[in-house]
Amino acid sequence: MFKTLAIGAAFALALAPAATFAAGGGEQHIEDIAFSFEGPFGKYDQNQLQRGLQIYTEVCAACHGLKQVPIRTLGDEGGPHLPEDQVRAYAAEYFEVFDPELDDYRPAKPSDHFPENTAAGAPDLSLMAKSRAGFHGPYGTGINQLLRGIGGPEYIASLLTGYTGEEKEEAGSILYENTAFPGGWISMAPPLSDEQVEFADGHENTVRAMSQDVAAFLMWTAEPKMMDRKKAGFVGVLLLTILSVLLYLTNKQLWAPHKNKKTS
Amino acid sequence: MSGIPHDHYEPKTSGEKWLHSRLPIVGLVYDTIMIPTPKNLNWWWIWGIVLAFCLVLQIVTGVVLVMHYTPHVDLAFASVEHIMRNVNGGHMLRYLHANGASLFFVAVYIHIFRGLFYGSYKAPREVTWIIGMLIYLCMMGTAFMGYVLPWGQMSFWGATVITGLFGAIPFIGESIQTWLLGGPAVDNATLNRFFSLHYLLPMVIAALVILHIWAFHTTGNNNPTGVDVRKGSKAEAEKDTLPFWPYFVIKDVFALAVVMVVFWAIVGFMPNYLGHPDNYIEANPLVTPAHIVPEWYFLPFYAILRAFTGEVWVVQFASFITGGIVDAKFFGVIAMFGAIIAMALAPWLDTSSVRSGSYRPMFKWWFYLLVIDFFALMWLGAMPAEEPYASFSLIASAYWFGYFFVILPILGVIEKPTAMPATIEEDFEAHYGKKSDASAEATPAE
Repeated sequence: MFKTLAIGAAFALALAPAATFAAGGGEQHIEDIAFSFEGPFGKYDQNQLQRGLQIYTEVCAACHGLKQVPIRTLGDEGGPHLPEDQVRAYAAEYFEVFDPELDDYRPAKPSDHFPENTAAGAPDLSLMAKSRAGFHGPYGTGINQLLRGIGGPEYIASLLTGYTGEEKEEAGSILYENTAFPGGWISMAPPLSDEQVEFADGHENTVRAMSQDVAAFLMWTAEPKMMDRKKAGFVGVLLLTILSVLLYLTNKQLWAPHKNKKTS
Repeated sequence: MSGIPHDHYEPKTSGEKWLHSRLPIVGLVYDTIMIPTPKNLNWWWIWGIVLAFCLVLQIVTGVVLVMHYTPHVDLAFASVEHIMRNVNGGHMLRYLHANGASLFFVAVYIHIFRGLFYGSYKAPREVTWIIGMLIYLCMMGTAFMGYVLPWGQMSFWGATVITGLFGAIPFIGESIQTWLLGGPAVDNATLNRFFSLHYLLPMVIAALVILHIWAFHTTGNNNPTGVDVRKGSKAEAEKDTLPFWPYFVIKDVFALAVVMVVFWAIVGFMPNYLGHPDNYIEANPLVTPAHIVPEWYFLPFYAILRAFTGEVWVVQFASFITGGIVDAKFFGVIAMFGAIIAMALAPWLDTSSVRSGSYRPMFKWWFYLLVIDFFALMWLGAMPAEEPYASFSLIASAYWFGYFFVILPILGVIEKPTAMPATIEEDFEAHYGKKSDASAEATPAE
């Protein structure tokens, strides 16, 4: 009977992030998307990250910053993995940063971070994919997150595709109805429209496809070392499993002279 | 050190003798490692090693994280991101440290409940138990302050809520709160002192752990039967025990390795599962999160804190007889700390002379109910403070106190324990048979 507690203890972990139940307001509708980076062996799709970067640069960057992300990491393996010269060209072409030494703005270099953008009061996107939960419950148990993931990128993609077209004016600002946003009304106007961004390889550019691309890109900006981490996780689990087996056998042999297990 | 007769360290070479007559440290280590340990310890006894490992893991990863962290309200959040992005292996270090705290609490809760079931708190191990409770309190303090350091939204608002508890103390509360925070609100001064204390408290824990081990090495380990090791002679003691090294070290390290497989999988594949997404938003004193929830390991006691609202008659009564000094908020604080003090008092509240729950037919069921109650409180602590959760919380809190203050004292009087083995050897042989003949011959009869 006492052994059932072991199962209970295991469940303690499963129950733990009870913390994350739906945050007030209307029912959120979050679509579960099968991203390439999900699961223990999931990897970022390098082409998708590059498309996401392009969408961010051409659309999102108008209002949102990525201040935690060093531009040089665009060249990192396990990320968009742009060649070094492209990273340098990208930094200089798209962003200007304030240099205290020059006391003036200059074109960005790879060693700079993406600039902060507070112009429209829009939140920084560096960690957006980790600071939102797409999935909750049921009943505050967090089991959905165990099965489907926390759902940050799903939240972003669902938000970008979740506009119903309804608008309302409240306290002098326009709010847009959105099925993924907590409370149902968001102050961001629908940012994407079909064929808004042209990809060099002619990849699909519907709102739906672009939403997923930019969500994947933002997962990378939030968790750039994810592939390293999973690799370390896999190697660690493998080695520790082997170690466990060896220790099990050692322990069994060590105790054998003191035990004479009754065969039943 | 131990009250159980066993061989002690004998310095052999002249060098060993020289050191031993000046500082008998080798002997101390030898006696600690070779302590006779009841040979019938089951797998519930492995969590001590896991806890020792957690302490080392947290200190080692913590010391390295400190090298890259900046305790300043404007820089802390970015410095954690710097660790995650630029420091070699920094993301693993941080995830190990954050999830290491969770493993620490999983282990300590199982360790505590093991003690509660097998009566490890009973005489003569009361001091071990009390020190253990102090360790647990220090762990909670350390974990709470550690959670503030990344300076995310939950860091900030958690700190605001928890330090606010001290503000509920009548008359002097506000002064205490200001003193704790270093100002009128959670700010840079708070972050700096929490950083300092987050580094200090683990050293206090380490010292307490040494006392904890010293205390139970003096009394000897408890065991699943609760029956004492025979201490008449060395030969008699050896029938009940085996030395800690190698028997229990290997067994415990095997268990630790299995625990580490699960732990490593969580760190590698789902390191943010146990955290709260809001803590990836930088602290903002102007925006309050929709729900402020503590980390999972605080939830049971957080539920007790919130259970006692102004509508509960006990609270109204307490308020009435104290002329309003004890209000609902202060009552909740008393209840939360009282829930832990109740555990600490278990050695004196439990009137049964039988240690192990295995031989207590009624106690068992009340104990299992306590475990369920604990999980229920954990769940309720995360739910919004509204019906029906508020009523459930009250019932679950009432059971927690009822178990310690009513059930434990009464059971000892009314319960008839079942038959237990006379010796540890008898229990061991009932499980594993007698020693095989070959090895029995190898030991000279005495």
